[in-house]
Amino acid sequence: MNFAVMNPDLLRSAAADNLWMAIFPEMALGLLALLLLVLEVVLPKRHHAGIPLVAIFGQLGLLVGLFLTFSPPTLGQETFNGLLHHSRDGQFMRAFFLVCSILVCLLGTVALAKQRMPRIEFYHIVLVVTAALMLLAQSNHFVLLFVALETVTVGFYILVSYFRANPLSLEAGLKYLIMGGLSSALLLFGIVLLYGVSGNPNLPLHTANGMNFDELRAFLSANPGNWLAQIGIILVLAGVAFKVGAFPFQIWVPDVYQGAPTPVTAFLAVASKAAGFAVLLVLVLKVFSPYATLTVPVLGVLAATTLIFGNLAALTQHNVKRLIGLSGVSHAGFLLLGVAAAAVNPSALGAVYFYLAAYLIASFAVFGVMAHVAGADDADQELDHYAGLGRESPFLALVLAVGLGSLAGIPPLAGFMGKLLVFIGAIEAGLYPLVALAIIGVVISIYYYFGWIKAALFDTWSAPAPEGAAATRPPRTPVSWSAGLALGLLALASVVLGFYQGGFGHWVLNR
Amino acid sequence: MSQLPFDPLLAAIAAPLVVALAIALGLPKRFSVKLAYAGFTVPALLALHCWYHFPADAAGGYAFVTQYDTGLTLLGISLKLGLNGVSLPLFVMAGIVGLAAGLYAIQSSAERLKLYLMLLLIMHGGLMGVFASVDVFFFYFFHELALIPTFIMVGIWGGRDRHYAAMKLTIYLTLGAMLSLAGLIAIYVQSGAQSFDLVELRRALTAQPLALGLQKYLFGLLLFGFGILVSLWPFHTWAPLGYGAAPSSAAMLHAGVLKKFGLYGFVQIALPLLPQGAPAWTPLLAWLALGNIVIIGLITIAQRDLKQMVGYASVMHVGYGFLGVACLSALGAGGVVLFMVAHGLTVALLFLLATSVHHRTGTFDMQEMGGLAQKAPVLAAFFLTAMLASIGLPGPGLLNFWGELTIFMAVYNHAGWMVVPAVLGVVISAIYGLRAVGRIFYGQPTDAFLAHQQNHPVADLRWSERVPVLILLVTLIALGLWPRAISEPLNATLQAVYPAVEAAATRLAP
Repeated sequence: MNFAVMNPDLLRSAAADNLWMAIFPEMALGLLALLLLVLEVVLPKRHHAGIPLVAIFGQLGLLVGLFLTFSPPTLGQETFNGLLHHSRDGQFMRAFFLVCSILVCLLGTVALAKQRMPRIEFYHIVLVVTAALMLLAQSNHFVLLFVALETVTVGFYILVSYFRANPLSLEAGLKYLIMGGLSSALLLFGIVLLYGVSGNPNLPLHTANGMNFDELRAFLSANPGNWLAQIGIILVLAGVAFKVGAFPFQIWVPDVYQGAPTPVTAFLAVASKAAGFAVLLVLVLKVFSPYATLTVPVLGVLAATTLIFGNLAALTQHNVKRLIGLSGVSHAGFLLLGVAAAAVNPSALGAVYFYLAAYLIASFAVFGVMAHVAGADDADQELDHYAGLGRESPFLALVLAVGLGSLAGIPPLAGFMGKLLVFIGAIEAGLYPLVALAIIGVVISIYYYFGWIKAALFDTWSAPAPEGAAATRPPRTPVSWSAGLALGLLALASVVLGFYQGGFGHWVLNR
Repeated sequence: MSQLPFDPLLAAIAAPLVVALAIALGLPKRFSVKLAYAGFTVPALLALHCWYHFPADAAGGYAFVTQYDTGLTLLGISLKLGLNGVSLPLFVMAGIVGLAAGLYAIQSSAERLKLYLMLLLIMHGGLMGVFASVDVFFFYFFHELALIPTFIMVGIWGGRDRHYAAMKLTIYLTLGAMLSLAGLIAIYVQSGAQSFDLVELRRALTAQPLALGLQKYLFGLLLFGFGILVSLWPFHTWAPLGYGAAPSSAAMLHAGVLKKFGLYGFVQIALPLLPQGAPAWTPLLAWLALGNIVIIGLITIAQRDLKQMVGYASVMHVGYGFLGVACLSALGAGGVVLFMVAHGLTVALLFLLATSVHHRTGTFDMQEMGGLAQKAPVLAAFFLTAMLASIGLPGPGLLNFWGELTIFMAVYNHAGWMVVPAVLGVVISAIYGLRAVGRIFYGQPTDAFLAHQQNHPVADLRWSERVPVLILLVTLIALGLWPRAISEPLNATLQAVYPAVEAAATRLAP
């Protein structure tokens, strides 16, 4: 579409594409976010504790609505003049981010209670970021992709340094800002290169609208092996690799994960990573599919190095937030393996979605326990603090064991099924060396996940503290009924999804 | 066929798991223990029921077959249960050893008994599932389900070095499990059957066998995967350490039943599906098996710690199983199955009695015991019987004898000279076994033991301990007297599957 020669007719036809109902969930989230701020002003202070509940129940309602209209009439179509593409996968990611956001808000109620901070803005930003994430997963145009991504990233700058009295939180925010800026620059450079080369009038099927995924794909398939396009693709992939924390772009992960408030760490670890993979899947499987001979090796190298680095680096960690950050790097490696397999053999796509779902369920179980074990200094969460958890709070210990077991990929938990599906996809795609590396990665990962379980469950003798000495670990937070219910459900979901995948298994595999 | 209004196999798997879930959801202790009795007894009864009703005309196929959709049918994974001549004896053995281990655990007054019983029930459910699965994926899945509680039980209730033992066990067994998983997935992908169903896989691979090189490669993966899981020399170091540290019921179930997974995998899956890949590896396998028998046998003689000795002995005897597999014949495979049943019952018995000895002497160090037979004659009699069975002497160990004899015959047909070191293993077993009996039960009590008796008067075996012992011992002796109960269905199944293995073995013999 040539905007230089706009006329009323064109504008009208473009506006006819704007099906506002198609982005109802995103708009509702934005309105809900605004409502929270209004409530903070309007309600007297003693009622402020109810505002997070408004956020949580509002989102639960949206989630139910999303499932009721899981196949809207716009499914498979493009709206907003080709900016958005509505697909089954997009619907899945919408639900995924909503669930993440609900759980982050719930963790927020646990973690923020230990700080003297303004609270409501936290939920406000989480909701806005979630809306942007949902748009990101459905974007069909580089402009929307970039704008949504930046909205997410700016929101995270604030969230990561939300505990502004804590120097580690501030440091994490700064690191995330600088690294995020670098990754945005790489991404933007790649986009511009692709846009530029696809507009070259000397090439076949050149287009003035090279930001649009469909047009770009048509151009790429007509011009195989264009070196400028290849550089652009690699730069775009590098920009996304920052978001998912893949090697060698994982450098920010441990510090930012440690410094960020625990709910934000969870949000980064699950939602931000998943958003990166949703974008990666769209790009690699759809837009860059004519260049599969380039993307598959690049993804393969990323997956291999990420698996090795993540697992080895996590081995030596004692701070659980750094540990889970680096173990998240290794999960990015498994997911990259799945994406690489899907690029060869599209039936592996379901494996990535299943893996993400299992990862969400298990991660939030672990983060939920972390939020309860953490003290006032949120960055100081050591493995030693978990000593005796099995006796003092068997419930939290059980949830932690199930969550970590699922992350480690121990059958019969959901994480194992995710790894299984990825392995099957990768073997079908013939990526044998990567599968071998992934297997080694699983074995290594057992050491640190199991070490954590060991710290929580197995009794170890420790010297009794001398009279009057300060406690060496923060006091445990009692589990409220809502957090207990959520954690119990998450643990149960990990177990049930491991045994019985049912309709979800069919949905994921049926493509 | 079964006349029950429900699926006996699913019920046998589900009963312990449901009880475990009920305990996890916070059932009070009184009810937990009562319900645990049911959780351990139901599988054994259902297993006996299936055995009694096993149709004679199954002829190599599966009986009691049922199939459930768990959501992965598009990948060809579904919970398909059934028993054939190979899995039936092991299914029954799992039920009986599980019952004995469960009864022993309930009376053991372990700390945090509820959690202990819950984990043991999960393990038991997994074990029943391993041998009832026709679907290769669920075969693996149930194995892992049974494996996980072992790690936790060693870590919480274990003895000396329990944290190190738990970690080592976990890492070794995960490696073995991942290698086997990779091998099984590769077979699934390469077969083109689009199904993990063993029957389908066998059909597809009989119609169109894999290329020779690929078969060799995949068999190698399974060899090392299963080998690590079954403590093949030199990948065995986790086993004695783990069993030494594990609480007795966990050791009974793991060493007795769970470890049979790998050998069973060879007999039921690896050899029938990859008949041409096997001959390339069997010379190596035979040598490693001799390593189990001779080298670990000699190490066993050197043990002072009773539980470590039983652990090493179980690792040593597994060598006979590998030797039977390496013969690549129906005779060898049949011997392996007989041997597995005998070994499972015997090892469980020995672990149980070793713990009972420990309760009376306060130590596992055999040099600090002596003369226990005067105080506990029943325990001494049972222990001697179990040890004789473990050695394989006809009499109490008639079933072990049949198993080993069959394997020796197969070995003789395969490579005659190997019988010599294999039979040497029997002599080695006799040395450490009888020496242990002598040190513990006869002679004069050592000073250390006398000092211990001052504070802890020694009583003979209580009835709560005798019942599990009798369950295992009676089964062992009855099967030894009437091995046809196992061998008839077994023979029918092997006759249907193994001619192809034998043909490939003779054709490709190096």
